[in-house]
Amino acid sequence: MDALLQFIFSGLTVGAVYALVALGFTIIYNASDVVNFAQGEFVMLGGMITVFAFEAGLPLPLAAVIAVLVTAAIGVALNKLAIEPARGAPVVSLIIITIGASILIRGAAQLVFDKQLHRFPSFSGDDPIAIFGATILPQSLWVIGGAIAVFVGLWLFFTHTLTGKAVLATANNRLAAQLVGINTGWVMTLSFGLSAAIGALAGVLVTPITLVSYDVGVALALKGFAAAMLGGMGNPKGALLGGLLLGLFEALTAGYLSSQYKDAMAFIVILGVLFVMPQGIFGKKTTERV
Amino acid sequence: MTSRNKWIQLGLLAVLIAVLPAFFPSGYYYRVGALIFVNALAVIGLVVLIGYAGQISLGHAGFAGIGAYACALTPEHLGLHPGLAVMLGAMLSAVMAALIGKPILRLKGYYLAVATLGFGILVSMVLTNERALTGGPDGMAVADLGLRSLLRDMGWKLSGGEFWYMFSGIILLIGAWIALNLFDSPTGRAMRALHGSEVAAATVGVDVAKLKLRAFVISAVYASVAGSLLALQNQYVTPDVAGFLHSVEMVTMAVLGGVGSVLGASLGAVILTLLPQVLTVFAEYEQLVLGAVMIVVMIFLPQGLLPSIARRLRGTGE
Repeated sequence: MDALLQFIFSGLTVGAVYALVALGFTIIYNASDVVNFAQGEFVMLGGMITVFAFEAGLPLPLAAVIAVLVTAAIGVALNKLAIEPARGAPVVSLIIITIGASILIRGAAQLVFDKQLHRFPSFSGDDPIAIFGATILPQSLWVIGGAIAVFVGLWLFFTHTLTGKAVLATANNRLAAQLVGINTGWVMTLSFGLSAAIGALAGVLVTPITLVSYDVGVALALKGFAAAMLGGMGNPKGALLGGLLLGLFEALTAGYLSSQYKDAMAFIVILGVLFVMPQGIFGKKTTERV
Repeated sequence: MTSRNKWIQLGLLAVLIAVLPAFFPSGYYYRVGALIFVNALAVIGLVVLIGYAGQISLGHAGFAGIGAYACALTPEHLGLHPGLAVMLGAMLSAVMAALIGKPILRLKGYYLAVATLGFGILVSMVLTNERALTGGPDGMAVADLGLRSLLRDMGWKLSGGEFWYMFSGIILLIGAWIALNLFDSPTGRAMRALHGSEVAAATVGVDVAKLKLRAFVISAVYASVAGSLLALQNQYVTPDVAGFLHSVEMVTMAVLGGVGSVLGASLGAVILTLLPQVLTVFAEYEQLVLGAVMIVVMIFLPQGLLPSIARRLRGTGE
């Protein structure tokens, strides 16, 4: 029982990170129908920039804010320089463009920073907290709390602000949104900036636990995308639930079956979900019009 | 494409393969050449899948891995001749492709991309984790094909580089010939029809599911044979051959040159194989440049290099 609780704690921690990555996917996908394979790179940038700003002598909170802002700017640049010019390109091209962007960002990170593993201190110490015979790191609480805060923040943004509603309108029907005077180009820019910032925040929160290096992005992007798909592509609730479920599943697989194949099991479940309900848990059924 | 056009393409390819060595200043170029041919072979498989049938796969390195490890494992454990191992690997890849293709190919676009990607990752994970069998991340040695010593016994002395250049060149030509024939065949035409519109193809009686599966199996066999050749040529394999990056590289080569045509996609293989060789001078920038090339080509030459160039030439009245 203690072991199970322990696995659940670690599952929720990684799951929260997957959920944040999945939320990033969701926001961009909704605004532009693009699946951004460079999403994992945003997480890496968040961690890396914080590390180097911190080591340069800045206080940790300031370093983290700078990392989130710089990453958001890179997200905006990605949209302006690579996605917007390819408007209307087939899916295969868009996949290659965002994969190209992820390789480019990784290559640049390797040049600007280095190839080592890095971390910075946990926000509130490293003393594990004991709960019902299992333990949880304070930093894990930060990660889980961060994911919840982002989710609530996004929900308020989408339901209570005009800008948020403009994003939803664009996601629903781009042309109709344009017709009522919404600047859809600006919505896309905002979405890229927002999802890059969320990714970077995930990187800032999780780096004290998992460490960061220039090449952590690929795995995170894959897991995040898997989580988004599990929950239903384009649905923020689905992203949150999918991320947490995937994290839990991985942790339980690692705990009870095989730690080597925990990633494999995750993919097998994803494939299974795709075959049984291709739209994911919260996805809406769409009929293709011809 | 007329059948005359087909022979022009094949002839051009054959002449290039035959003539290029005259300009090689050192043996190293034969090695690079052989590498290009192997990559081009895998990429032609993707032309069938992406270019003809309009389906994407981000997991084709998985099949290359199956082919490569078949050449490494079966001679050692089953005592098979490496030549037979190539065929065994190809058969295994075909069976795998048929099994996973049936459910996977129901998916479209991003979903298909990620499902195939999942398959590729599963293969590379097995190859990395089953240390006892595959040597884990360090890889394992591959037995010699033996064809070169056979030729030597017949009095034909070739260096390793020369042999692999010619051998992979010939296999590439065979692969290109098959793909070009397929393009013109009823099956190829039906595939291209479903690329245009699945619904339209279905209404005129095309069995969409069967054709997609056929394209997937054919392309898997190409990738598998390419993986085998790579393993035999290097006499060594590591799980990287099945890795995600290798899959991405293959698709990028295909799309870079022009995924609609065998010759175009081969051009993509030439460029992306040469690029890292040139960039070793400043290896640090390799990923940076690779990523930039992918983005720039997709934005400015969405049809790929060769078709875009061809159109420009025609446009200016050449």
